[in-house]
Amino acid sequence: MTDNILDMRSITKTFPGVKALSDVSLSVARGEVHAICGENGAGKSTLMKVLSGVYPHGSYDGEIVFDGQVSQFQGISDSERAGIAIIHQELALVPFLSIAENLFLGNERKGRGGLIDWNRANGEASKLLARVGLDENPTTPIGQLGVGKQQLVEIAKALSKDVKLLILDEPTAALNDTDSEHLLGLLRQLRTEGMTSIMISHKLNEIEAIADTTTIIRDGRSIETFAMAGEAVSQERIIRGMVGRDLDSRFPDRTSNPGAEVLRIEDWTVRHPLQDRLVVDGASLNVRAGEVIGIAGLMGAGRTELAMSVFGRSYGRYVGGQLYKAGTPIQARSVQEAIRQGIAYATEDRKKYGLNLIDDIKRNISAAALDKLAARGFVNAQEEIRVAEDSKKSMNIKAPTVMSLTGKLSGGNQQKVVLSKWIYSDPDVLILDEPTRGIDVGAKFEIYTIINRLVAAGKAVIVISSELPELLGICDRIYTLAFGRITGEVDVADATQERLMSLMTLEKSTATTGTSTTLDDTQEHPA
Amino acid sequence: MSGTGDLLKGAAPRTPKAPSGPKTGSANPLVAMSQNLRTSGIYIAFVLVVALFALLTDGLSLSPGNITNILLQYSYVLVLAIGMVIVIIAGHIDLSVGSVVALTGAVSAKIVISGGQPWWVGILAALAVGLVIGAWQGFWVAFVGIPAFIVTLAGMLLFRGLTFYVLDNVSLSPFPAEYTQVSTGFLNGLLGGYGYDAFTLLIGVLAVVGYAVSQVRTRIARTRYDQVVDAMPLFVLRIVLVGVVVMALAWQLAHSRGLPVVLIILAVLILAYSVVTRSTVFGRQVYAIGGNLAAAQLSGVNVRKVNFWIFVNMGFLAAIAGVIFSSRSNGAQPSAGNSFELDAIAAAFIGGAAVTGGIGTVRGAMVGGLLVGVISNGMQLLGLEQYLQQVIKGLVLLLAVAFDVYNKRRAGGR
Repeated sequence: MTDNILDMRSITKTFPGVKALSDVSLSVARGEVHAICGENGAGKSTLMKVLSGVYPHGSYDGEIVFDGQVSQFQGISDSERAGIAIIHQELALVPFLSIAENLFLGNERKGRGGLIDWNRANGEASKLLARVGLDENPTTPIGQLGVGKQQLVEIAKALSKDVKLLILDEPTAALNDTDSEHLLGLLRQLRTEGMTSIMISHKLNEIEAIADTTTIIRDGRSIETFAMAGEAVSQERIIRGMVGRDLDSRFPDRTSNPGAEVLRIEDWTVRHPLQDRLVVDGASLNVRAGEVIGIAGLMGAGRTELAMSVFGRSYGRYVGGQLYKAGTPIQARSVQEAIRQGIAYATEDRKKYGLNLIDDIKRNISAAALDKLAARGFVNAQEEIRVAEDSKKSMNIKAPTVMSLTGKLSGGNQQKVVLSKWIYSDPDVLILDEPTRGIDVGAKFEIYTIINRLVAAGKAVIVISSELPELLGICDRIYTLAFGRITGEVDVADATQERLMSLMTLEKSTATTGTSTTLDDTQEHPA
Repeated sequence: MSGTGDLLKGAAPRTPKAPSGPKTGSANPLVAMSQNLRTSGIYIAFVLVVALFALLTDGLSLSPGNITNILLQYSYVLVLAIGMVIVIIAGHIDLSVGSVVALTGAVSAKIVISGGQPWWVGILAALAVGLVIGAWQGFWVAFVGIPAFIVTLAGMLLFRGLTFYVLDNVSLSPFPAEYTQVSTGFLNGLLGGYGYDAFTLLIGVLAVVGYAVSQVRTRIARTRYDQVVDAMPLFVLRIVLVGVVVMALAWQLAHSRGLPVVLIILAVLILAYSVVTRSTVFGRQVYAIGGNLAAAQLSGVNVRKVNFWIFVNMGFLAAIAGVIFSSRSNGAQPSAGNSFELDAIAAAFIGGAAVTGGIGTVRGAMVGGLLVGVISNGMQLLGLEQYLQQVIKGLVLLLAVAFDVYNKRRAGGR
């Protein structure tokens, strides 16, 4: 009889129109490190949100038994009280407050008269920091620490709350090798102290190194759970579980007939806007007329960063690299320049970066090429309507009129508005970042059809996607990106999901790119 | 609201209209009005408030003299509100316009009254100062990236201080007669008087005809592009209504002192800026920036440039307001224009501009400004105590924005 600290049974969670989790079960034994693996969008984060009460009891089906008790968490505060702590990829620390202040935020150490007892707080903070192997003064502002140390502070914060189950969501995604190593060491040490951890990670070598058990989630279902000890479980084993899915006829037929090279990106290198680390490191790729190329990569691989940086340096700090349009070097230092050079970028986050949600369809469609509708600065409103009506018809945008607000459209129709906008700007190269994210199957098929129409008209299309079947279904060639580097270029005829996934998880072999946060001063602590 | 239900579904099936003949919206004015409560609410409120004060003052508030008075007294706030609504649509705010009004008026007074230069030199100097101030503030907002709230709060102090400096802490007056004509002049008697001013009525007729022609042309264009237009009765009703209101106003003015020069200035500015905000690339980019800054940027809008010119324009309009105000007060005072920024901001918000940016119209801001003007004027006519007037104005602003927030929430926004 195993002693499970957590049993999640038959969890099903639906969002309007989408089944995010379907009959997922997860059992975590007390005192183990349990890894959860899956592609982006497989449902890992949703499952953790169900567990932590972000989605309250009643909004999902199924049962959660934590520490021997049936749990019906109504919110994060409930799950925290029960002893569950989640450390998210985006750290939830206040940069201007000190380590101690952050550690006890919302849980202040009070003394007489309800005032905060700072001596006690700083004293306890020091002990917690020692426990996670962080040699810092508790009064140091968080903002002065590197990401790696901040991660440790987050863990210390969880430990301060008498946590029984520690959940880490992509803990090492933003860390360099040294910091990652230290973090894994800390997890091992906590395990010897009896702590149970769940770790969501894309780094298979780390999972191999630390996990006792691995559960694979795919398409909102728990596929399998296996022990990592005993027979040697290779990374290939995990990859097979993550992608084991057949291509079906979800993609329209197309014949590929690529022409001359339209855009070449050479040795493109970008630094993080705030941190001193390279997000894209010497990436080179090219795309030809009438060709669809794919960029595959896991979360944090630098796909969006690469695309946005190429598109008028809209992300991070440009370090180096050159663009060639039909063989001639070009500059695209601003979005305006990029558009003038015939480059279009349709964002992965259409609500945040793609649309003016409080404005109507027609003005969103004309937004990137308003000059085409204008004579001497005056916009021809009637022509604008005609253009929008044309797009509405050809893209099959389902809305009452082109005067409808884009904020009221469904995700698929919003995406069609974004695509209409960029198609109207008449680019030679379209970069589509997650063009089918969050939209239903029918609308996906329509988007694929639109992409086919574009390449048939001689456009070059670059598709960034987390869904490997999608890339295999619509691309001619696929580049894989891992940790900011292009790790492979595969012709679709030779590509399999397994092959792509192993390229996507390829660790950088040469010099580390993230040199920002070293934890040298903490190395003497047990790891 | 029957309309929103369908919109929310997004993909709601819609029976295609027969291709022949123009597509028309609902013929029922009440339905059309309620479908567009957000934009029409301000007009309804305006009519109600005007009617209320006409009733309370036994028609005194609609007398020729009083209407002229309201227009003269609030003209500079309306000029400021034109610039302010553009600033607010882009998601900024400008707290400095009151001080800019004072400084531009002071510079003009210094040149004309102390320096003995002709009146037009003073006006040109004031406009130049306004443009420089706008460029200064635009620089800090657009290129350095400091929030407009801070830049213009600093400007409020800065330009007030410079006003004191220019005026040496004393008032300057009087201006030569030509200068005061800007705000107190009237065009009348050009076509002879018959107990009323025929010229004013002629201008009124021209305005109505111009409005009708532009409406008909828009309707023809929309029909040609197969767009929905108002049903014919509603269309005619709207033109008739506007015609009646404009002619009533002209009639009253004609029986007072004729057509105020400042009304002509105001009308030109309103027309010009309505076109700028509605139909130019620049205007579109202002709305795009306020609606979603990141999306605008990624759509190739040169955000810095647009922000810069928004503030240059605001400085320019503040200078015009400064000229009108100094002309009206026949001199320059160190404390001129105090709290004008608040009136202008209130006008924009009462006129339907969204606090979060991206929404607002020049027309709305004008009606918002007039609404405040009519309320203030009416309360003065009624002899309400000063404190009560302030309290009521404060509540009107609060309720107007609350109405906006409520509407947005009901419409399914965040």
